[in-house]
Amino acid sequence: MPTVVLAGDAARALAGGAAELTVAATSFRRLVTELDARFPGLGRLVDEGMAVAIDGVIFQDAYAVPLTEASEIVLIPKIAGG
Amino acid sequence: MTYMGGKSDLRVVGTRPVRPDGVDKVTGRANFGADLRLPGMLEGRIKRSPYAHARILRIDTTRAAALKGVLAVVTSADFPEIPYEEAISGDGFVNYRYVSGNMLARGKVLYDGHAVAAVAATSAAIAEEALDLIEIDYDVLPHVIDVEAAMAPDAPLLHDDLFTAGLTPPPTAPSNISKRIAFNIGDVATGFAEAEVMVEGRYTTQAVHQGYIEPHACVATWGADGQSTIFSSSQGAFMVRSLTAKLMGLDIANIRAVPAEIGGGFGGKTTIYLEPVALALSRKAGRPVRIVMNREEVFRASGPTSGGVVAVKLGAKRDGTLTAAQVTVTLQAGAFPGSPLGPACMCALAMYDIKNVAITGYDVVSNRPKVAAYRAPGAPIGSFGAESAMDELARKLGMDPIALRQKNAAREGTRTAYGVTHHDIGFEQTLAAAKAHPHYSAPLGVNQGRGVACGFWFNIGGESAAAVHINEDGTASVVSPNPDIGGSRASLAMMAAEVLGLPYEKVRPIVADTASIPVSGMTGGSRVTFAIGTCVVAASEKVVEQLKQRAAMIWDIPPDAVEWKDGQAVPAGPNAGGFDPLPLAAIAAKSARTGGPIGAEVTANVQGAGASFAVHICDLEVDRETGRVTVLRYTALQDVGRAIHPSYVEGQLQGGVAQGLGWALNEEYVYSAEGRLENPGFLDYRMPVASDLPMIATVLVEVPNPRAPFGLRGVAEVPIVPPTAAVANAVRSAIGLRMADLPISPPKLLAALDVAAA
Repeated sequence: MPTVVLAGDAARALAGGAAELTVAATSFRRLVTELDARFPGLGRLVDEGMAVAIDGVIFQDAYAVPLTEASEIVLIPKIAGG
Repeated sequence: MTYMGGKSDLRVVGTRPVRPDGVDKVTGRANFGADLRLPGMLEGRIKRSPYAHARILRIDTTRAAALKGVLAVVTSADFPEIPYEEAISGDGFVNYRYVSGNMLARGKVLYDGHAVAAVAATSAAIAEEALDLIEIDYDVLPHVIDVEAAMAPDAPLLHDDLFTAGLTPPPTAPSNISKRIAFNIGDVATGFAEAEVMVEGRYTTQAVHQGYIEPHACVATWGADGQSTIFSSSQGAFMVRSLTAKLMGLDIANIRAVPAEIGGGFGGKTTIYLEPVALALSRKAGRPVRIVMNREEVFRASGPTSGGVVAVKLGAKRDGTLTAAQVTVTLQAGAFPGSPLGPACMCALAMYDIKNVAITGYDVVSNRPKVAAYRAPGAPIGSFGAESAMDELARKLGMDPIALRQKNAAREGTRTAYGVTHHDIGFEQTLAAAKAHPHYSAPLGVNQGRGVACGFWFNIGGESAAAVHINEDGTASVVSPNPDIGGSRASLAMMAAEVLGLPYEKVRPIVADTASIPVSGMTGGSRVTFAIGTCVVAASEKVVEQLKQRAAMIWDIPPDAVEWKDGQAVPAGPNAGGFDPLPLAAIAAKSARTGGPIGAEVTANVQGAGASFAVHICDLEVDRETGRVTVLRYTALQDVGRAIHPSYVEGQLQGGVAQGLGWALNEEYVYSAEGRLENPGFLDYRMPVASDLPMIATVLVEVPNPRAPFGLRGVAEVPIVPPTAAVANAVRSAIGLRMADLPISPPKLLAALDVAAA
């Protein structure tokens, strides 16, 4: 199952302190839905407040990105540049 | 897409043609934000607070409105009160309430220069006279400027409804600390227990301004039918349109934002200050209104970047292996929440492979102008602390500073403290290039020192669009939605020319307005050549497919029997027929007979930006009599993926270094005891000029990003990250003193030398 890494405190607090989770999902959209079902509020935080890195590539919006069994998903703050 | 990840047989990419906008800019023909003149246009001016913190008791505009020649006066009462609402706008988070409150104060003024009211008059002189007639009664409140003082429990509160986010349990009392964030991997206690050598330091930076030469400027016209046009200098016309619509309660479709040429932005033009005010004045007056900030207003009321405090603790084995790192970053946000805290925390140690890291950050409001993005927002602040501490660690270990960094360098598969795993990065190659560079082994003289520092920036993609049109004579037009700050017109035209097989001179790029192309994120985050370029390449490839189909039609053979080579259609093989090559111009000339205009538009949320790493070497000399630091030699090395136009890439590196040197050596906001900014002009706010700098040498390391056309990476932001620490480390090398508080200005350095001598 894809692994979700929660490096930041905000996401960890909603996930009961967990630093890593495994989530059965085949796309990032489904992963967000699943996270929210397990940890109410976490899906919304991810959806509205965070960017995501999937296998090292940062996505500002990753709904359509397919996930594999080996995918590593890292939730990070949105990044804006100058 | 066939141009991903690099391609060796390139005709245009990698060359150095003249930029398409160059002649206009050097001859003065280019139209910047203040250049538009419309019939009946009025001049707008802004009334600003003289106080750092005060309650507004009364605003009376009667006398100003009655002055002959004044056609409109507005205050915050002319705008809807925006509820607290965070949303993604452009590339980042925006809280509309804060943007609105910064545009025109509501209830309280929060910093010296905070806008309170605006007038539009038939001349600038009348508008300025009218400002003096606006009567405002203030109840002056205690203020706080310093970021750590603002965190104290008894500090004057800027916002009664601001509670620190990120604390468990949530606080019950308001605070100037708007947010706490933290990133943790491993276990720092264990990591420090394993360490054989430790260093610890506290590093501070001051607020510095982006220093763009062109001030904020706009012309707004309210139409009688409610359709409006805004001409302004910004880093994103779509951002101007959406923020103006939100702050005025208008439909986006009723606003057309036209991008002016931009005379520098560096992140400072990723928000708005004037456009809704000008449009509201135009609505009242029934005439176009122009507002142009003067330099003092730019300094007092438009975003500098944060000043900050960075506490760093590093632990390592005697062989240099880092075992743990702990970093605390505290940033000024200005009068409203929203410093670049996340990147400051995430970038500080992203260059290194460290198993145990704890990074904590605080976003703090104080009575200063709201900060805006500035080139790699936040990263130079965190890196100043981290890279200064790395230098101290190298000294304590007796290691070469580059060797220490090589020992711990992030590489393929390194997990960062913020959780992301690096792939396809070129940090090790850039470090190796620095170590081998002749600069690194050149001899130094008395009172001279050499410093090394590294930097990281993510680079971003995001919502993007582009169109490529083939004209009837076989030339091409490239339509970009993004203002061109750093040469993107040239790079986009070059990529289109490469794919189409046209000479660069036959491809003309333009920057379109918001009614002419789909929405796009801002020009920022080092994204335009990457993200808009990805769309340009995709659109060009679609055009090539159309050209092949048209050639097939002309030759009356199947489309798959046609190939595109060097700007011409050719038969795919002997079985396709013995046709002479069909140049693009010949196909374009027959477009009416073969299906109509040839062109393509591509939209995408472009992802896969490759991260950038930089290694800088700085030589300088300290004058022990005056405290003046002279930079003698500077070399900036950077993994650029693939330099589309090497001259403009080199220019980006040089520009970032120049700004970073100003940040390191001279620039700072100076406030009086009353909270008034005392140096709002270029005479007293000392930015480096050409005579202050040596020729900045650049080395372009090309490690392709496999997810980008031609392997390119964004290049413009990371070069501002290393200079502050490179300078401080060089000063340490020259005189043996660790200067941990920026800027390292002559008075400060002289004082440190005096203390050391005593």
